Amino acid sequence: MSVLVDKDTRLVVTGLTGREGTFHALNNRTYGTNVVAGVTPGKRGQDVDGIPVFDTVHSAVDEAGANTAMIFVPPRFAADSILEALDAGIRLVVAITEGIPAHDELRVYTQLKRTPGARLVGPNCPGILSPGKANVGIIPASFFKEGNVGVVSRSGTLTYQIGNELAQRGFGNSSIVGIGGDPVPGSSFIDIIELFEADPQTELIVMSGEIGGSAEEEAAEYIAANVSKPVVGYIAGFTAPPGKTMGHAGAIVSGTAGTAKAKAEALEAKGVRVGRTPTETAEIAMEILSA
Amino acid sequence: MDLLEYQGKQLFARHGIPVPSGKPASTVADAVAAADEIGYPCVVKAQVLIGGRGKAGGVKVAKDRAEATQYATDILGMDIKGFTVHEVWIEAASDIASEYYASIVFDRAAKAPLVMFSTKGGMDIEAVAEETPEALVRIHVDPLLGFQDFHGRRLAFEAGVDADVVRPVGALLSKLYDAFVAEEAMLVEVNPLIVTGDRDVAALDAKVTLDGNSLYRHPDNAALRNPSQEDEQEQMAHERGLTYVKLDGDIGILGNGAGLVMSTLDVVAQAGGAPANFLDAGGGSKADAIVSAVEVILSDTKVRAVLFNIFGGITRCDEVAKGLIEAFDVVKPTVPFVVRLDGTNDVEGRRLLAEAQLPNVHTASTMNEAAEKVVELAAAQGAAA
Repeated sequence: MSVLVDKDTRLVVTGLTGREGTFHALNNRTYGTNVVAGVTPGKRGQDVDGIPVFDTVHSAVDEAGANTAMIFVPPRFAADSILEALDAGIRLVVAITEGIPAHDELRVYTQLKRTPGARLVGPNCPGILSPGKANVGIIPASFFKEGNVGVVSRSGTLTYQIGNELAQRGFGNSSIVGIGGDPVPGSSFIDIIELFEADPQTELIVMSGEIGGSAEEEAAEYIAANVSKPVVGYIAGFTAPPGKTMGHAGAIVSGTAGTAKAKAEALEAKGVRVGRTPTETAEIAMEILSA
Repeated sequence: MDLLEYQGKQLFARHGIPVPSGKPASTVADAVAAADEIGYPCVVKAQVLIGGRGKAGGVKVAKDRAEATQYATDILGMDIKGFTVHEVWIEAASDIASEYYASIVFDRAAKAPLVMFSTKGGMDIEAVAEETPEALVRIHVDPLLGFQDFHGRRLAFEAGVDADVVRPVGALLSKLYDAFVAEEAMLVEVNPLIVTGDRDVAALDAKVTLDGNSLYRHPDNAALRNPSQEDEQEQMAHERGLTYVKLDGDIGILGNGAGLVMSTLDVVAQAGGAPANFLDAGGGSKADAIVSAVEVILSDTKVRAVLFNIFGGITRCDEVAKGLIEAFDVVKPTVPFVVRLDGTNDVEGRRLLAEAQLPNVHTASTMNEAAEKVVELAAAQGAAA
């Protein structure tokens, strides 16, 4: 098993005909992901290396049987593209696009919560990789193999760093889910941890958080009440000064809220062990799994 | 992006929110001319992106031209918590009967705009929230429905405003919400929102933070950026399209991906070092971006050593290596570099670096080792200096 994406994934890529869209969609297909369609308004009838292009997500669903959408369009079109996918009946949308205006994300999120069964991962995320099954997004799959560690993270490269440390110690992953670094992520740590808890392949969960917002604190409460599997945490941004956006739009300490210290303490208070470095995080995971 | 008070007030005025008349000035002569035009008494207010201006002596009421001249002279160039005052805002003095508080924040936890209102204005609202939480009325607004008249009435009645101003307060809050949405703000705050002796309401202060990601839709707002409020390196980085945050240490940092860079700063600090900056070279960093980044990092003269921490995903390590080799050619750094390359094309990247034999460039195979090495080298540079 794994979570969210696997051999049943039938992917439509919005923005497939763009340079980045083409590159990553073909990478995903090479990995084994079933990429069934692309959408670029006005380009119906074309194809990208055999992947048919449609004008709307609705026709990609009707004619190519797409059940998952990957959003690769520029920020100014991304909210519309996500809403189109939801309207077309897609129930898993993975939004890679970085730089979507926050108010757009707010409207998208509100609509998402009114759409029964719908799930959005991202925006501003590296996507989802289920090693050996499917890769939807930009995660460099060659560093990861199949295994029993579920990873959920707000950061892309930090995920690769931690994943690689685990791989060097002989551990693989059930799935790796990047929830993204924006202020309004479609999926929270809790949403993904809930899936890992229910996934038989996952034996340990690594959550990698960072400064800003309160998602890690909320996850700590949730884990204490609902999760039986071991969870290991990591938080980036102990040295971040208040009031400065640290690269990710959502990574900002506002006054005294959203600090790395508060997040690590909230997790530790609920029994989640938190690594001080990516290396230590992998070591703790190894220690628990080897016990 | 944060706006100065007067920029916020001008933005409010565009949405029909009453604000006192005023003019910005960056010289004493302009300030006095503005004061003459507005009439006395008037208020001379320092324009800096930091709170506590009043306590620092940055807000003064001038009753005549002599006082206006004196205050403008005192305040222009003044340092307020590390921010130099380059502009003052000259404003007609207001007749204040009551001071209220109003704000709308982009509430990330609730995923909805949060409107807050209190009759305890003019003071530190965090203290009000802590000591008398019932005095701060909060309402979340459905972003797809928007602010309704009843929201305004509830806020006004529940906070206990004087009966005769319930309507004007509600109307002001509604316009404030319009401004929040139309300008795509992360925060709009009015403290104080005043009731005048004539029972009019007005925004006497304005704190506005705009969403940087939305500025492409608001070219007028984008032009309001205040480079004078930014640090020299931050300005330089902004012009080159780099994500850079100045810190106060002596170890320059470059990495790819916001999370990995934040983590790198932490690991350097744990190794006993002090990072000089945050710099995310971004996904798919190309050679010219690396050259640009090295120039920005080294323009900070406090930097004694530089750490490159790259885990290549979309970013290719060979591109980073090429960039670094080119940077050495262009910038000719005199401080030591520690480079850790892992991930996509790492073998090729390391080979290129080894071949180039750059002076004083050290390699490390792990993030922790790299951090320890750079801290050691920075300390040695410090001792030698």
